[in-house]
Amino acid sequence: MDFSVIINNVSFLILQGFLAWAILPAELLRLAVPAIILGFFLGVFIGMGRLARSRWIHIAATLYVEFFRGVPLVMVIFWFWFIIPVLVGKSLPEYSVALAAFVIFEAAYFGEIVRAGIQSVPRGQAEAATATGLTRAQTMRYVILPQALRNMIPALVTQSIVLLKDTSLASIIGYVDLTKAAQIVNNREIRPFELYLFIAAIYWLCSYGMSRYARHIERRLAVNPA
Amino acid sequence: MTYNFDWSVLWRGQSALWLLQGLITTIEISAIAWVLAFTLGIFSGALRTVPITPLRWLASVYVEFFRNVPLLVWMFFWYFAVPPLLPQPLQDWLFDHGAEFWAGVVALGVYHGARFSEVMRSGIQSIPKTQFEAAVSTGLTMAQAYRLIIVPIALRLIIPPATNETLNLIKNSSVALTIGVAELTFQTRQIETYTAKAFEALTAGTLIYLLLCLAIATTMSRLEKRFAIPGMIAKRQTGEF
Repeated sequence: MDFSVIINNVSFLILQGFLAWAILPAELLRLAVPAIILGFFLGVFIGMGRLARSRWIHIAATLYVEFFRGVPLVMVIFWFWFIIPVLVGKSLPEYSVALAAFVIFEAAYFGEIVRAGIQSVPRGQAEAATATGLTRAQTMRYVILPQALRNMIPALVTQSIVLLKDTSLASIIGYVDLTKAAQIVNNREIRPFELYLFIAAIYWLCSYGMSRYARHIERRLAVNPA
Repeated sequence: MTYNFDWSVLWRGQSALWLLQGLITTIEISAIAWVLAFTLGIFSGALRTVPITPLRWLASVYVEFFRNVPLLVWMFFWYFAVPPLLPQPLQDWLFDHGAEFWAGVVALGVYHGARFSEVMRSGIQSIPKTQFEAAVSTGLTMAQAYRLIIVPIALRLIIPPATNETLNLIKNSSVALTIGVAELTFQTRQIETYTAKAFEALTAGTLIYLLLCLAIATTMSRLEKRFAIPGMIAKRQTGEF
């Protein structure tokens, strides 16, 4: 076992694979953070669509969720990889394709969290809001969603951890993320044990850190329920 | 958009055979990995609830270690990093007998074992503590109480989340294509490579996954009804609503 391979390639692994973008702290966050934020926003609409009064919106949102929850993420990434060039007429960079795939795919999961969050708000809240003269949209925006969001936080953090780990799959279409960087270094150095253990440790630190944070929030919300 | 659909690529040549082989490999790798994951999950999940601190700690280390690293990294780890550490004869045997398949099985099984473990743990924790106390007070040892009372009850309670995890496992088996296991997604890509018909190939693969997941979800919901404990499965309390 020779961990000097990590030291010798640290600039590539860390700078290229991990810190390529100066603004955000880490390469894996470069893909994960926008995917989490955009996926969540799309998820809010999907979740509301699942509860919509309109039959067609409800059916469309349900189909969306059921479809993406029944298909592997790898498949969805390939779909985007092959379909986007046909639709747009030119091929997009790997980063955009991967980001689009993650947002669309994870929105189905975020949507289910949002739906459960909205359903956890007492009905009386909506009735009271309507009684004060708010429209349905206003009730959702000012009364239901703020309370629902609070209930959703633990599940949202858990799903964000899943997404963070899923971003490693962007490497299958050639995007150079942390996993791909390790593969590239390994092709030259043939030190798989050290390299894969090293990136496993990095993923582990990020993911475990987030899950500790989720547990912390959960405990705080439990002490002081909405 | 100018794209000429040609659905016949799916039954011309070897495509249909490839898809079938892919489906069989997906089912094989998922089934073996599922047995491994379920066994690991039951044991480690039960250990996380026993009143013996070192055992609980050991099970927690297993779960936290494997759960927090992407499956893809585990695939590479078990396929590229572990075999060179094995003795030469075992290595030779492995590479003669589909090393990528077994690396995929171990990666999937150990990773999902950690996730099953969480399901099992919350199942056991949802059983009233009096069950365990009553079992021990009738003279059962702790091991017997778990084997005869706690684990069987928990298994009947966790069918819905276990179904979810099973479906996740099947979907995640597609990650094994990165180490060269010729499962369904791999074969779908192969058809695409040979025919340059991405739409048709991906549609076929996607539909097969959807049908497979649907079939399992249906079977499991039958099982759930069959094994429901009368008067015990209450919907989870969701507060005021």
